[in-house]
Amino acid sequence: MADAAGVAEKFALTIPSDTEAGMVAQNRILSSLERLGYTERDLFGMRLALEEALVNAIKHGNRRSDVKVVRVACDLNDDRAEVVIRDQGEGFDPGDVPDPTAEENLDRPCGRGIMLMRSFMTEVRYADEGREVTLLKVRTVD
Amino acid sequence: MADHRRINVEEIGDVTVARFVDKKILDETNIQHIGDQLFSLVDDDGRKKILLDFENVEYLSSAALGKLITMDKKVKAAGGKLKLCSVRPEIYEVFAITKLNKLFDIRDDQEQALEGF
Repeated sequence: MADAAGVAEKFALTIPSDTEAGMVAQNRILSSLERLGYTERDLFGMRLALEEALVNAIKHGNRRSDVKVVRVACDLNDDRAEVVIRDQGEGFDPGDVPDPTAEENLDRPCGRGIMLMRSFMTEVRYADEGREVTLLKVRTVD
Repeated sequence: MADHRRINVEEIGDVTVARFVDKKILDETNIQHIGDQLFSLVDDDGRKKILLDFENVEYLSSAALGKLITMDKKVKAAGGKLKLCSVRPEIYEVFAITKLNKLFDIRDDQEQALEGF
């Protein structure tokens, strides 16, 4: 299995409910994807999706509680990147979020995060009543 | 106290050009400062023709989009005009996905944006 060494990274992070810690986690994951040779465009999409998902978990899920944590599990290789982000909040129904591109919502200043995640990721899955989100990105071949 | 200025402001004719200092408009504290500084151009300084130059900007989150939407509302409420320019293709895609390219007047570069303000 020597061939696989260095082309896969699997790790888990537990962070407090503050966005600075979210940024550190984001940078850690992005560094790994850079090492694995992901394209600039993939890295752009992954950074954006991670930012949105982590901010959602920290602000809307855990409501910045200092007794709640966010768990981030990463399974990254040179073919696909999967990041599972889990908060300890009350959950939500992703289907309840109004369409931010509808004419009547266009000038509302919120509600675009999930849409951006879905656009830039290969797949976005919610579980456990919205407390867990899985971001999957299949690497684009140059 | 550190200088938290996150936009550089320049007057070109009667237009106020605001350039973002940051490459990544992601960090929540930064977004808050950027919002405050942008809103102050309208609320405190009474500027009516404002051009936001995105040349430096490589990343932007939905929270930053929220500030831009609020800014657009403020400028319109004051009877002014807001334009955006020099938005790189990846960032433009973010505007297009969210259909905010319909809400904002986005021009290729500063020169084009300044025409007929």
